[in-house]
Amino acid sequence: MSIQFSQEKLDKVKEIIARYPEGKQKSALIPLLHLAQEEFGGWLDVPVMDYVASLLHILPIEVYEVATFYTMFNMKPVGKYVLEVCRTGPCMLRGSDQIIDHIKTKLSIKEGETSADGLFTLKPAECLGACGYAPMMQLGKHFRENLTVEKVDTLLEELKANAKN
Amino acid sequence: MKLLLENAHIEGIRYYEAYRKHGGYRSVEKALKMTPDEIVEEVKKSGLRGRGGAGFPTGMKWSFLAKPEGVPRHLVCNADESEPGTFKDRYLMEFLPHLLIEGLIVSSFALGSNATYIYIRGEYAWIPDILEQAIAEAKNNGWLGKNIQNSGFDCEIYVQRGGGAYICGEETALIESLEGKRGNPRIKPPFPAVQGLWMRPTVVNNVETLAAVVPIINMGGEEYGKLGVGRSTGTKLMSACGNLNKPGVYEIPFDLTVEEFIFSDEYCGGIPNGKRLKACIPGGSSVPILPANLLLKDAKGNTRQMNYESLAEGGFATGSMLGSGGFIVLDEDQCVVRHTMSLARFYNHESCGQCSPCREGTGWMYKILKSIEYGKGRMEDIDLLWDIQRRIEGNTICPLGDAAAWPVAAAIRHFRDEFEWHVLHPEEAQTRNYGLAHYADPREVVAG
Repeated sequence: MSIQFSQEKLDKVKEIIARYPEGKQKSALIPLLHLAQEEFGGWLDVPVMDYVASLLHILPIEVYEVATFYTMFNMKPVGKYVLEVCRTGPCMLRGSDQIIDHIKTKLSIKEGETSADGLFTLKPAECLGACGYAPMMQLGKHFRENLTVEKVDTLLEELKANAKN
Repeated sequence: MKLLLENAHIEGIRYYEAYRKHGGYRSVEKALKMTPDEIVEEVKKSGLRGRGGAGFPTGMKWSFLAKPEGVPRHLVCNADESEPGTFKDRYLMEFLPHLLIEGLIVSSFALGSNATYIYIRGEYAWIPDILEQAIAEAKNNGWLGKNIQNSGFDCEIYVQRGGGAYICGEETALIESLEGKRGNPRIKPPFPAVQGLWMRPTVVNNVETLAAVVPIINMGGEEYGKLGVGRSTGTKLMSACGNLNKPGVYEIPFDLTVEEFIFSDEYCGGIPNGKRLKACIPGGSSVPILPANLLLKDAKGNTRQMNYESLAEGGFATGSMLGSGGFIVLDEDQCVVRHTMSLARFYNHESCGQCSPCREGTGWMYKILKSIEYGKGRMEDIDLLWDIQRRIEGNTICPLGDAAAWPVAAAIRHFRDEFEWHVLHPEEAQTRNYGLAHYADPREVVAG
């Protein structure tokens, strides 16, 4: 896979950099890492981070140190769907432990692992800001809230079906 | 009386047309006819205190902003809402994005910020689209961009997503992150008001704080200041969660009693399945947990109200804090040890690693709590935990250390018997929870 944003994404990169004053283009780093992770397979391989560094004219180490600091950036390959189930206090009070256990059993994976079919990664998360709608998980851009074991089952089936199409 | 969410139920209020039709952007019209200093004065008079958790007077914070000749200044909106139990800013941004944009325009004018940034937590991944849509609408209608409403004032608002780090809610870590770096808090001074974003004078305010500037300008600072109780002026958004019938976001008057907030149908509607109240963390996970008997009434027997002073009554010995308004309720079936362990894991995960008391201490607290929770605790571990939290508190660059220490301290202070029970009955503790014990429903205690 050649590491190069599409023209459309490159235009977006330009627009993001323009939000910051001249010479402060490094500020665009986190937004660009989000773009890169979406574009290049859901995680940040070293060549991807090097590419982002080149776009911002900064050293690769400046990208690595940031990418490894923030939990949203995956440093190793992940499944097609990353199930980020919140387990912090307020979600725990409403049964997040059971949701996580259920997913583990159902997919035969441990926390942080990816299912054998490469579809699902279980990534327990700390508070995602949906405490009133707990338990919940982040799936891509959106939250799935007020989860129950049944809802999780339906969701997994849906995602499996989507993956086939 | 609702000042922020009054129009939240109106259809289409997320979009410019409906928002404007219901009085939106009036505060900008009014503000642009005032001088920036007059706006700062109004905010001072209002008594508004930062809604992010610290409760620092906003007008005073604004008046600290340095104004050196020829150096641009910035307003940064802290939308990194990450304190467990708190999700009010998300609600505001999701459903009333124009209210925030309106507040940002007025505040930017008051502070002289031509480029204002909203730093939003990365996990709220769909909200930047909503905000950017509102920004575009505002711009198309002449409320942003060059020479706003012929005032000569230029302003742009940009949205930046974070990468999932609680620490970036701390204002100097947020600034570092906005500069494209790791979210390591800076040593203060210099304060952001003097050297903040790109070493320029910067004000960082919470979403709700900036939204509250709108009613302040509309009604006048003095009128706003008359609402509330004492130094708790205006209204507050509460995020209610945990074991409640109706968790969610509520705008409350500061004279509301805690009991009414939890049990009345207008608010949280009580506790599900007829369970009794065990404990509550009233202001986000960092503030001290209170057993039910100290929550509804303070130690002197006064009814507690939902405001800064009343919740803090008794200090940390018998009180707590309003904090960010993240109201977490635990029913009789919940285990305080397990809950505290979960919070300790959170702070350990979120420590930036810069200061050793926090980096090492949060790890030790989590490990010890885990061993107690899983039946491997020793009696001396409880004192060890107390000792560790005491050595973290006050010994770190930023308040994350305190935030990690306080929940552990309060849990031991008020629920020591539950910790001891875990140590003494390791097997039983794996099969059942300690229950209510002596922290009975305060309404029964009070009646008795």
